[in-house]
Amino acid sequence: MTLLRAFLIRFVTTIVTLFGVAVIVFVVIRVVPGNPIAMMLPPGATDADIARLEEQYGFDKSIFEQFLIWLGGVMQGNFGTSISLRQPVSDLVLGRLPATLELSIVALFIAVAIGGALALTGTRYRDTKTEGAVDVTAGMALSIPDFLWGLILILLFGVLWPVFHISGRISPSLNIDFSTNFYLFEALVRLRFDVIADLIGHMFMPALALAIPLAAIIAQLLKQSLKETMHLDYVTLARTKGYGENYVITREALPNAVLPTLTLVGVQFTFLIGGTVIIERLFSYEGLGNMAIDAVINRDLPLIQGIVILFALLFTLVNLFVDMLYVILNPRLRHA
Amino acid sequence: MRDARGEVRRPIGLRLWLSGGWLTLLVLGALLAPWVAPKDPLMQDLFLGRMPPFWVAGTEPGYWLGTDSLGRDVLSRILYGTRLALIVALVAGTLTCLIGATLGLIAGYYRGWPDRIISRFVDIWMAFPPVLFAILLIAVLGPGLVSIIIAIVVIDWTRFARVVRAEAMSQGAMDYVASAQVAGRTRFGTMLTEILPNVLPTIVALLTLEMGIAVIVEAILSFVNLSISTDSPTWGGMIAEGRTSVHQAWWVLVFPLITLFLTVLSFSQLGEGLKDRFDPVLR
Repeated sequence: MTLLRAFLIRFVTTIVTLFGVAVIVFVVIRVVPGNPIAMMLPPGATDADIARLEEQYGFDKSIFEQFLIWLGGVMQGNFGTSISLRQPVSDLVLGRLPATLELSIVALFIAVAIGGALALTGTRYRDTKTEGAVDVTAGMALSIPDFLWGLILILLFGVLWPVFHISGRISPSLNIDFSTNFYLFEALVRLRFDVIADLIGHMFMPALALAIPLAAIIAQLLKQSLKETMHLDYVTLARTKGYGENYVITREALPNAVLPTLTLVGVQFTFLIGGTVIIERLFSYEGLGNMAIDAVINRDLPLIQGIVILFALLFTLVNLFVDMLYVILNPRLRHA
Repeated sequence: MRDARGEVRRPIGLRLWLSGGWLTLLVLGALLAPWVAPKDPLMQDLFLGRMPPFWVAGTEPGYWLGTDSLGRDVLSRILYGTRLALIVALVAGTLTCLIGATLGLIAGYYRGWPDRIISRFVDIWMAFPPVLFAILLIAVLGPGLVSIIIAIVVIDWTRFARVVRAEAMSQGAMDYVASAQVAGRTRFGTMLTEILPNVLPTIVALLTLEMGIAVIVEAILSFVNLSISTDSPTWGGMIAEGRTSVHQAWWVLVFPLITLFLTVLSFSQLGEGLKDRFDPVLR
């Protein structure tokens, strides 16, 4: 019962948060001094033309009325029409979402793999120079943001030793007739290995740049909770039973040490998704973030609005998912 | 835990010295730019475009770190770019700190409705991708130094508010605060004389980290060409140009990148070092 109530409260807060985001974006972008409509028309346009288009996009009404109209449309799944691309915002945004999701999820996998490996190594060789090396590596990785890692990777694997593509999502020469925009997922399902290799070749560097700071956080936190778990009685018991150190760490300590890391990874994953905005720009990766920057430069109000709301929705969904996972994985909460 | 930290403690002195040294160098470079910069950072010379740095054959003397595609001196542009980076770090960092820490202190100590309002705003802010939010604000406010500073303050005040709120909350629950109240101190007075001094070390460490973040945000904004006017030298602008010509002229990307890297690393190391030094549990 209490659990259900907790989730209901979370659901309501999520709605309130999304509403707040919508209001802020709406107000912020409508105090822009320039007229976005005037930018759409050729220089010779008359005032009547401008007025007609303003009416078409609803810019002649007050901010409050515009918000109500927009909100009414959103309720029916209509996010308006992009000014610069002249297509429905929902089509544009949903067309780009798969690229960003795939990038974020691949980055998350890389972060968990690197961070987990570092934490396990640090625990296995605790109080030695190896652990010190893990600490220093994680500390360095954490103090440099993803934007700089991206640039460093471009220099390393794009210029010095050019093994990966430094821009784009997929080679245009590649013949793909996929039915979704989840290229990587669909290529995996269809076993198109040429496409998989090409996608990874494009995705690896941006994903790694996004993953490095998160990997560092996972390494630090997981190592700390692993080391604390290693002192508990049941671990000592497993050891006296004659199990080796590797077995004790991975089978006995790890399942109990993972939980505190999980919550933090959830919050940090939202930061990672936020990081895709500039990383996609840096690698000319055709995702939502790259589109967002273009939308801002073109002052495409409906498109900006749609993208920001979608990001906010993603963030809140990730947090909700992590909370639910935490309850499912934590036996103490399950029986509460 | 104490063992693990004990090992890290030794190099703190060196860390602080190195990062402090680099930042001092930057401040000097920024202040003395008109005298130490070998060339005019805006001077173009298309005959000297994409000259490599001094140790590579075929260079023009005086252009130590090479030139960009328009023949502008890379070293001079980095030096002048330092001015913008440091002003943003100092002003935006301090303002963010003042606003965020004040709100966090009030929320954490007064609790009740001020806390509810402030925390709700923090939640809403956490649902924005920060970089996108910053770019959006610059597009609205128009490019310029003041816009950059406003954008950084608006996107990052929550970083201070969240941490300071939690600290103030745990300090507020302690006995010494209760005894100050019993001794007849007002709530506001207690907040300033009892809570604030105990939260201050955290605030100082966060402020140093924030300066590094401000430098990065400014670099990102000038990377997408939304910082100050386009021909003023900025690290981010140089990086953007270097990114497009990385196969023809790597030095246009590498030198501003190294400068930005060392600066961000120095600020964060300084912050970590100060945090360890001030932490009463570790001391």
